[in-house]
Amino acid sequence: MINITVLNKAGEERLLEVPEDMGLNLMEILKANEYNVLATCGGMAMCGTCHVQVLEGMDNLGAHSDAELDMLDTLPDAESNSRLSCQLQINENMDGAVFKLMAEEDIAV
Amino acid sequence: MITTDICIIGAGPVGLFAVFEAGLLKMRCHLVDALPQVGGQLSEIYPYKPIYDIPGAPEIKAQELVDNLKKQIAPFSPTFSLGERVESIERQEDKSFIVTTSDDTKIHCKVITIAGGLGCFEPRKPAIEQLEAFEGKGVTYMVKDPELFRDKDIVLAGGGDSALDWTIFLSNVAKSVTLVHRSDTFRGAPDSAEKVFHLAETGKINLVLKSNIVKINGNGKLNEVLIEASDKTVTARPTDYLIPLFGLSPKLGPIADWGLQIDKSQISVNTVDYSTNIEGIYAIGDINTYPGKLKLILCGFHESALMAHSAFKHVYPNQRLSFKYTTVNGVNAF
Repeated sequence: MINITVLNKAGEERLLEVPEDMGLNLMEILKANEYNVLATCGGMAMCGTCHVQVLEGMDNLGAHSDAELDMLDTLPDAESNSRLSCQLQINENMDGAVFKLMAEEDIAV
Repeated sequence: MITTDICIIGAGPVGLFAVFEAGLLKMRCHLVDALPQVGGQLSEIYPYKPIYDIPGAPEIKAQELVDNLKKQIAPFSPTFSLGERVESIERQEDKSFIVTTSDDTKIHCKVITIAGGLGCFEPRKPAIEQLEAFEGKGVTYMVKDPELFRDKDIVLAGGGDSALDWTIFLSNVAKSVTLVHRSDTFRGAPDSAEKVFHLAETGKINLVLKSNIVKINGNGKLNEVLIEASDKTVTARPTDYLIPLFGLSPKLGPIADWGLQIDKSQISVNTVDYSTNIEGIYAIGDINTYPGKLKLILCGFHESALMAHSAFKHVYPNQRLSFKYTTVNGVNAF
């Protein structure tokens, strides 16, 4: 298990303990932890609805794929530390990373 | 007024297949979709991606599946209102409904089937204060009629293909075109990017890179945008129009206001027939939720079959439904 920290849009922090050996990506972890991430395309780096900013641990994450960079380029609020959470495989290198949710969250009714 | 048996809201794969299931039972359908084409997210987001879990199709590209569905439902002559969003539904005295769209199209139907996926695809809006206040007063998210911009000063924002394409197109229409982009490279089609750089070099457009629009001003109508460069200096640029082009993102939209039971942006349904808490309204595909729900196209197909058999009693209240395989009588076109 590794630990990551997630800040929601309101800035509330949560420490999540996540398994690094189940082939999951960060988008799946966020959804499993009840974060309202749309992930329209289901994890193909094609919709930009699982956008996060990496506040700590950016250097320990894998490189962007072309598809991810293409998509980030279309988002109005992407920065140099932006990633699509569906493209971030959970592994031991992610331990201690801090992510901020950026994707539009539909108001849960 | 369009008259039909079932008004299907959403023309993605599940909405399209619902036409087939309804057609087998002699029920006509009219489909409404906010996108200008049918296919929902398959056509809009990943048309060239292969899908592997459609029964009988070991591998099929998303757009191919949509094209096949269009062919499959053609005998039932569905009608469409595309590029329109359903705004309201009104129950009539005889229990039928009148559905009204954003373009004021009215559809009179006996049953409503919501197959809205994740909601309506709407323009992604940058976080600029007052942006929404100026919508229709200088701020627009799409170019429906380029003539609107003839001899006007316009500012476009974005870095994707549509920002590049419209910059190129409108450089021959508007008095001045300014493109503001967050980074200094474009990852869109290389040809388009090259053209945009060329237009900037020859003074046909203003290209403002590594910059963001941070504020807009106006007096009843937009008259300037404030652009912040990477060194934090802010420049005011007078403009008649601002066109932010940052792609589309799904939103539940007006569906949330129709009195349906909604759980986390999804419509709760009864799995007996995928009916909602309002009689005569069904919800199928990704937009519904029930214990054990899986957001799979094939589940949506199954839901559309059960929905159609239940909808029959609203469309033909005095008839008994007899269940037949398509192998018995084939598909009898309308």
